[in-house]
Amino acid sequence: METKSVMIVGVGGQGSLLASRLLGNVLLAQGYDVKVSEVHGMSQRGGSVVTYVKYGDKVYSPVIEKGEADAVISFEMLEAARCLPYLKKGGKLITSTQQIDPMPVITGAAQYPEGLAEKIKAAGVELIAVDALSLAEQAGTAKASNVVLMGVFSAITDYPEELWQKALEQCVPAKFLDLNKKAFELGKAAK
Amino acid sequence: MKKLMLGNEAFARGLYEAGCRVVSSYPGTPSTEITEEVAKYDEVYAEWAPNEKVAMETALGASIAGARSFCGMKHVGLNVAADPLYTAAYTGVNAGMVIAVADDQGMHSSQNEQDSRHHAIAAKVPMLEPSDSGECKEFVKLAFELSEKFDAPFIVRMSTRVAHSQSIVDTEERQERELLPYEKNAQKYVMMPAYAKTRHVFVEERTKKLIEYAETTPLNRVEMSDKAEFGVITNGAAYQYVKEALGEKASVLKLGMVNPLPVKLIQDFAAKYEKVYVIEELDGIIEQHCRNIGVNNVQGKEIFGCIGEIHQSNIAEKLLGEKKEFTELGENIPMRPPVMCPGCPHRGLFYCLSKNKITVSGDIGCYTLGAVAPLFAVDTTICMGASISGLHGFNKARGTESEHKTVAVIGDSTFMHSGMTGLVNIAYNNSNSTVIILDNSITGMTGHQQNPTTGKNLKGDPAAAVNLEELCKAIGIKRVRVVDPYKLAETEAAIKEELAADEASVIISRRPCALLKYVKHNPPLKVNTDKCVGCKMCMKLGCPAISMRDGKAVIDHTQCVGCGICQEQCKVGAIE
Repeated sequence: METKSVMIVGVGGQGSLLASRLLGNVLLAQGYDVKVSEVHGMSQRGGSVVTYVKYGDKVYSPVIEKGEADAVISFEMLEAARCLPYLKKGGKLITSTQQIDPMPVITGAAQYPEGLAEKIKAAGVELIAVDALSLAEQAGTAKASNVVLMGVFSAITDYPEELWQKALEQCVPAKFLDLNKKAFELGKAAK
Repeated sequence: MKKLMLGNEAFARGLYEAGCRVVSSYPGTPSTEITEEVAKYDEVYAEWAPNEKVAMETALGASIAGARSFCGMKHVGLNVAADPLYTAAYTGVNAGMVIAVADDQGMHSSQNEQDSRHHAIAAKVPMLEPSDSGECKEFVKLAFELSEKFDAPFIVRMSTRVAHSQSIVDTEERQERELLPYEKNAQKYVMMPAYAKTRHVFVEERTKKLIEYAETTPLNRVEMSDKAEFGVITNGAAYQYVKEALGEKASVLKLGMVNPLPVKLIQDFAAKYEKVYVIEELDGIIEQHCRNIGVNNVQGKEIFGCIGEIHQSNIAEKLLGEKKEFTELGENIPMRPPVMCPGCPHRGLFYCLSKNKITVSGDIGCYTLGAVAPLFAVDTTICMGASISGLHGFNKARGTESEHKTVAVIGDSTFMHSGMTGLVNIAYNNSNSTVIILDNSITGMTGHQQNPTTGKNLKGDPAAAVNLEELCKAIGIKRVRVVDPYKLAETEAAIKEELAADEASVIISRRPCALLKYVKHNPPLKVNTDKCVGCKMCMKLGCPAISMRDGKAVIDHTQCVGCGICQEQCKVGAIE
């Protein structure tokens, strides 16, 4: 199989590392060659955080560049818009509708653009926008938005349900497992 | 068993499987997880040292004592450890010694983009460079074998992409290794001139043997393609980009041993093609080597430059003229730079410095973020420890005028790393300098590592804790005081008093990092919109949880940890 690319983007602290780990484990169990690339350190402190997941028969570069992603999963609206150029033609964009002001907006140096979802759709991109934050809070904690969105992604792909469940068990601490399973189900149903 | 592993985790697995017994490192992105991961194996003794020099000397001591040993650091850490490295090249080892140095192509989390291969060449120490997690594990194990065979410490060079990408690794069992006997051997281990002279001869002979080894080792491999019109010589992460961009359109010489480099292998490969491209990130070291050995049909840096990462699109565009199509919104998307977290104890301190227009000699850590909007508090950031010594020089240059309005800021871990010696200089050479130690009880930026002030060691067990107040007094600073940076008025008063004083002083700004698990957060604060007058005093703090909506401040309840400094800042009592 030709290499497929999924980008997971958000704001530092939103849990993109857990999301990429979940997906990586599912793909590994499916028998693919898998690479997951993260950036640690400075950018995690409230900055834009990008994680790349690539899989196929043989994956070389761990990096995804503009025009290469089959799907982008975004935890925040502005980050979804920022990463739009990474989608290849016909790629899918899944995003949480949550908005977090970046520092230039907080200080008044810039404005948070309005109507981003409409503009993205108008650009001809297939957009799936979900209020992941509310669903996560419904599951028990705002922190589970990441798992809600992976639930959405699972609904548009066809990897066996038991692989996702197993990946959750591998990646989430036991005491938060039930909560995260609920968040995953809510995401799946939201699609 | 097949597992997805970070390059750093696979590196740690390699240490474990090779029977490594002693590990000493200092954290630094992107190298930190090697040591954190290897610490999880009970068979390995692992520690955080106060700095990279101490770590390398510890590892060398363990090697001389007969144990396979390791030390890990980031690229700039190797500058700190350069002193032991250049002489460890002469002494060689007893049991194998491996050093990890992680370069940060693209400067994701560093203050410069130096290429650590220069150190390997200058120190005459062999260096291997893996391209994925599987190779990390295999190269580490081989590096121990080669270290013992060639009597040299071996460096394994990592990069951000190799260190922080997960790929599939096949794990194996640990090969337990007995301590090798230690025998006194002054000619080998006492590097005074008479003995060092004979060891230098050994080093030069060893390099010749290593070059012979480089000609035939499977670490360097040729991947020929029938469809190739040109050849590529590459290494490390760049190999992956080359394969992705060019596939079978190029034959590839992949160099897994980057110091010393082979001669005949490169000459023979380059002779097969009219055009050969050298695709290496950062400096043109392989390219220059090619020219030095008479291989002149190479091109590299004139096409790809020596700045940042070289990704697949760059290679495909430059060598094949191919470009990917993509969609853009045509909308101005505001940047999202990293910021101090909600509840960060550094915020209150930097607000006080910024408000009073104080010149700030900064250092390396999360608090470097005090340099950006809206606080703009930091004037300089150079390297670990430079805040304190730099302040001393600044004050010696500008005298009293500067002494009363200039401070140094440095974190607890960075102070232990190399800030202490600067403070000794302030006391000894008598500058009226004010140093602020930002004691957040952890090494923050690299992701929460223990250090000599925290009372815990790498494995999480209780350890001796340096008492910063007593240490500063023992150094000779008489004025030492502690403030809580959540209390703005108290903090500001302390800064003003110490700057006004006519002798050197240390302020310890003490409050644990808000991200530490044991730190209890208060309930999120709310803005009473009836009381809020929209004056934006709270916005001056640069807290990512506070923003303005319709002329009133709002606090994001998912981010706020209830630190309360915005409450103190609000003049109309609108924050509840």
